[in-house]
Amino acid sequence: MDIFSIPSQVWFGQLLIGLINGAFYAVLSLGLALIFGLLNIINFAHGAQYMMGAFLAWIGLTYLGINYWVALVLVPIVVGITGVIIERTMLKHLYKMDHLYGLLLTFGLALVIEGLFRHFYGVSGQPYSIPDSLKGGTNLGFMFLPNYRAWVVVASLVVCFFTWYMIERTRIGAYLRAGTENPELCQAFGINVPLMITLAYGYGVALAAFAGVLAAPIFQVQPLMGSNLIIVVFAVVVIGGMGSIMGAIATGLALGIVEGLTKVIYPPASSTIIFMIMVVVLLIRPAGLFGREQ
Amino acid sequence: MSINRILFWFTLAVLALTAPFMVYPVFLMKALCFALFAAAFNLLLGYAGLLSFGHAAFLGTAAYLTGYTVKDWGLTPELGILLGTVAAGALGFVFGALAIRRQGIYFAMITLALSQMIFFLAVQMPFTGGEDGLQAVPRGYLFGFIDLNDNLSMYYFVLTIFVLGVGLIYRTVHSPFGQVLTAIKENEPRAISLGYQVDRYKLLAFVLSAALAGLAGATKTLVLQLASLSDVHWHMSGEVVLMTLLGGMGTQAGPLVGAVLVVGLQNYLADLGSWVTIITGGIFVTCVLLFRRGIVGELRALWKRSF
Repeated sequence: MDIFSIPSQVWFGQLLIGLINGAFYAVLSLGLALIFGLLNIINFAHGAQYMMGAFLAWIGLTYLGINYWVALVLVPIVVGITGVIIERTMLKHLYKMDHLYGLLLTFGLALVIEGLFRHFYGVSGQPYSIPDSLKGGTNLGFMFLPNYRAWVVVASLVVCFFTWYMIERTRIGAYLRAGTENPELCQAFGINVPLMITLAYGYGVALAAFAGVLAAPIFQVQPLMGSNLIIVVFAVVVIGGMGSIMGAIATGLALGIVEGLTKVIYPPASSTIIFMIMVVVLLIRPAGLFGREQ
Repeated sequence: MSINRILFWFTLAVLALTAPFMVYPVFLMKALCFALFAAAFNLLLGYAGLLSFGHAAFLGTAAYLTGYTVKDWGLTPELGILLGTVAAGALGFVFGALAIRRQGIYFAMITLALSQMIFFLAVQMPFTGGEDGLQAVPRGYLFGFIDLNDNLSMYYFVLTIFVLGVGLIYRTVHSPFGQVLTAIKENEPRAISLGYQVDRYKLLAFVLSAALAGLAGATKTLVLQLASLSDVHWHMSGEVVLMTLLGGMGTQAGPLVGAVLVVGLQNYLADLGSWVTIITGGIFVTCVLLFRRGIVGELRALWKRSF
């Protein structure tokens, strides 16, 4: 079966790749939105922390023999702890200032992290093999679905949904939302807002690292893998607006799919399509699809 | 003007005119180009409070356009530079009109994303030379008879452009227009309620800043005879932020000092490879945490305190 004289296998193949990219966009923009909500800063180091996730998984496997499944749990915790340290030692001094300083600080951190990994491991990609239990694939009749890729989509969605549930449906989430809305009042009710801010940053960073571990077997593990991705995620965040958790997830997934399909229809535009959508959204709905006008 | 001031400017002028006899001229010219770039950027960040994270797009677009028209169409250097500057200004109009629709942090993200689009275009378009960039761009003859291949003539040409560019920024900042920009930076709702059409002022500042960044990029192409992907890369956008932050945003001299320091640093540390990135990042972090006023800003505060 051909659609627009392009075989349907190609369509489904790119759809899957788009879905995977979309899953990464969703997890990363979710973390950015979470951090932005409480800290009022844009975490420019998000891409570097995603890269750190992938790299630590690779280091763990290569030098310490830590397998994929352990890494999937351990690496986000480790990277999350580095995030907590960054927040406690640096970011917390910036909350009373113009939030552009937060952007500049995290930009500097991103350069330091990337530079360090580049210094020690070079710019060439390191291969990370797919865990045995997820090797191979399933033939769905209309296409061949590699198991690992299916797992990435499912795992990302589960983590996204878990985060959404935590924020929108639990007591901790209610505190978090109250802290986002009005930190002073929230503190007056006896909630430890600074602690919540620290944990939110740590969790957001851990999400980025989780995405990094998921990405390790798909993309080459290399120091610059995060920086180009994060700029696309910024565009995703501008399109979706950071007001809504579900909005961030949905926008991320949808844009990934659009990007994948563009690769079939007109390949040269696939690297810029998201930016073009951003332009259109800015013209039509400046606050973003799920954003609120201030 | 007090006698001290006259002496200060006189010394500065003598230094600027004799510098190429003491320091490697190409380094000086590069520093001047980046100083103009940082000053143009500072017009936006320091005086209008708008953080553009995509200024490489203007520098790079002008660099490519000037390089291409001078090399392939045989345009004279002054026309090539003019064309690059105008094109950067026009691109600034489009970017500015889009980006001012959102504020604060979103503004920075939008400009970054838009400039990344320019980066991908530069990678894909046939005339940019892809990974190689445009090499061996001829410097040509200024107005048809001044040979710019001579480093000394080129230096005075670049110095003239620099003085004109920085002079224009100085005039802009100290004009009624500049005062309105500062008012918007300090308190936007108040500026609106005073009846100013804030968006128009922001857009005009953005176009001016973009055009001057383009002027710097176009001149840089002739100096180094090269336009490459690093001119449009987001690292370049970050670098100009660093120059301004390090020198002192919102001060006249700050970006110039910052640019000279950063260009010097890159020159001397070029052999260290990735350490340049690490040190650059470290300076960013130190500036934001310890001295947000930058070198010139801190010195000025120290001066005020001690007298």
